[in-house]
Amino acid sequence: MSTGQKILNWVDERFPLSSMMKEHVTEYYAPKNFNFWYFFGSLALLVLVIQIVTGIFLTMNYKPDGTLNGAGIPVAFASVEYIMRDVAGGWIIRYMHSTGASMFFVVVYLHMFRGVIYGSYKQPRELVWVFGTLIFLVLMAEAFMGYLLPWGQMSFWGAQVIVNLFASIPVIGPDLSVFIRGDFVVGDATLNRFFALHVIAVPLILLALVVAHLIALHEVGSNNPDGVEIKKLKGEDGKPLDGIPFHPYYTVKDVLGVAVFLIVFSAIVFFAPEMGGYFLEHPNFDQADPLKTPAHIAPVWYFTPFYAILRAVPSFAGTQVWGVLAMGAAVVLIAFLPWLDKSPVKSIRYRGPKFKIMLTLFITAFIGLGILGALPSTNLRTIVAQLFSFIYFAFFLGMPFYTKNDVGSTPVPTRVTMSTPARQVRFVVLVVVTLVAATLFAKFI
Amino acid sequence: MSEQHVDAGRRRFLTVATSAVGGVAAAGVAVPFLMSFAPSERAKAAGAPVEVDISKLEPGQKINVEWRGKPVWVLSRTPEQLKNLSTIEGELLDPKCESPEQPDYCKNQTRSIKPEILVAVGICTHLGCSPTHRPDIAPADLGPKWVGGFYCPCHGSKFDLSARVYSGVPAPKNMEIPPHKYLTDTTLLIGDDK
Repeated sequence: MSTGQKILNWVDERFPLSSMMKEHVTEYYAPKNFNFWYFFGSLALLVLVIQIVTGIFLTMNYKPDGTLNGAGIPVAFASVEYIMRDVAGGWIIRYMHSTGASMFFVVVYLHMFRGVIYGSYKQPRELVWVFGTLIFLVLMAEAFMGYLLPWGQMSFWGAQVIVNLFASIPVIGPDLSVFIRGDFVVGDATLNRFFALHVIAVPLILLALVVAHLIALHEVGSNNPDGVEIKKLKGEDGKPLDGIPFHPYYTVKDVLGVAVFLIVFSAIVFFAPEMGGYFLEHPNFDQADPLKTPAHIAPVWYFTPFYAILRAVPSFAGTQVWGVLAMGAAVVLIAFLPWLDKSPVKSIRYRGPKFKIMLTLFITAFIGLGILGALPSTNLRTIVAQLFSFIYFAFFLGMPFYTKNDVGSTPVPTRVTMSTPARQVRFVVLVVVTLVAATLFAKFI
Repeated sequence: MSEQHVDAGRRRFLTVATSAVGGVAAAGVAVPFLMSFAPSERAKAAGAPVEVDISKLEPGQKINVEWRGKPVWVLSRTPEQLKNLSTIEGELLDPKCESPEQPDYCKNQTRSIKPEILVAVGICTHLGCSPTHRPDIAPADLGPKWVGGFYCPCHGSKFDLSARVYSGVPAPKNMEIPPHKYLTDTTLLIGDDK
């Protein structure tokens, strides 16, 4: 017996190292027909690691202090400029963190979309989906609090607007918003607590939820583009006929995804870290000024769909709370997908036309809302946003009705099917059509 | 020992009692942590009144003063602007200022002590942005009916030059008028009226 094997045995007698590796990596059987959409789960993990590592190093030079220094600049704002200009390597660490925040939402939105088209939330994966929705919710809180820390104009006024959302809740609202801020206005107390929550409390919750998400996934096994349960058909060795071990097959596939992703990521970090004002908004290069609101306030791009829903709901009965409720419902409804979807099949490949039409409308509405939320409102845009908000909710609330008995002409196969050139061409065409339509809409609305 | 019978009722009582007492203790320990989220004594004490000299304020001009960390506007309105306050009342949500957003001595059309001098907390009653002063008449973006007022860049709420809200905009209430008084003819005290 080699020394390495002896050490491993010694550990295994005290800690289930080998059996955990087998259960979750080397003998975790995943369907063999994973396609492009299955890159984004592992990429989300990669971005989480990037955010934690860069975040740790940023805290070494960042100061969560809203008071003014000798030059009349808030200490927090000055410390970010110090990181960008004077700390060796500081600029790249910060741009990795700010780019990572946006890319986190890119991969998470695509990961969630994968779940929707292949019915990955359906029985028995309801809890995988619910944990995932909680991760999305916590991620939004994490991003929002992190955005306050540079203490620029957008940080300040964005936080002012979002915290005031809570103030619109009847009776307890005004006290609740003071409680969240720790002061009567967004100030030093708010900055300090957001820092504490952003670097300690929320990341801990996020990590715990990610572990729960993965444990739940490995308990029930991965879904796949055909929505076929591979555990139903096992070979004589007890392994699923359509399954392959996660390692080495999918570790190798994911490494390819990581390489391509890092090329895109580095290109943004080096050539367009502000992404034309969408990753880092231009007014945030001005220090926070509590007396002056920037001419146009828009949240960062990943919040714009929900922000557009908020703006689309008019105030009535003397309160603004309806828009806030609609925005909250828009996020919470996602968690209820497993119980709203009554379809007998999982994957879009074997669903009927009704789901496909509703999904197309939903994609249009979601991207449309995202574009509208980034633009100043006009009468036309408000009406379009109201229409899109209606579609957004109709997609969820109408689901029990339009998914019932809505199956396509091809029956669900017993074995998984592999990709064909026709499918690949259709995928590319759909992506291009979506991008072109979104660009045209953004240009002419 | 094995002959001894287990008193299940007693065991259940002890389990419930221990959990309940432990729960009360946990709730008690949570109190200081939750309390620490409320504004500190220093934050509460920071609301001291502010004195403003308005002797150099020309008609039509506005100055910003910081009170309790919020922008407070002091605006001197021209006779023309005061006249326009009545003409647009039909488009306002609460032209008579029934909602208590101002001290009683400012519950009038100009929402002020001296008719021309408006003192208002420059925070939109929607989500807390600071509206922009737009005294220009009938600008392209605000329409031909605009006779001057305040426009909130965040969500498009409109207010007149008495900081009264228009109807049909996101903001649900008129803007707040802080307690204030005149120490001399040209010195304002904002934050105290006693």
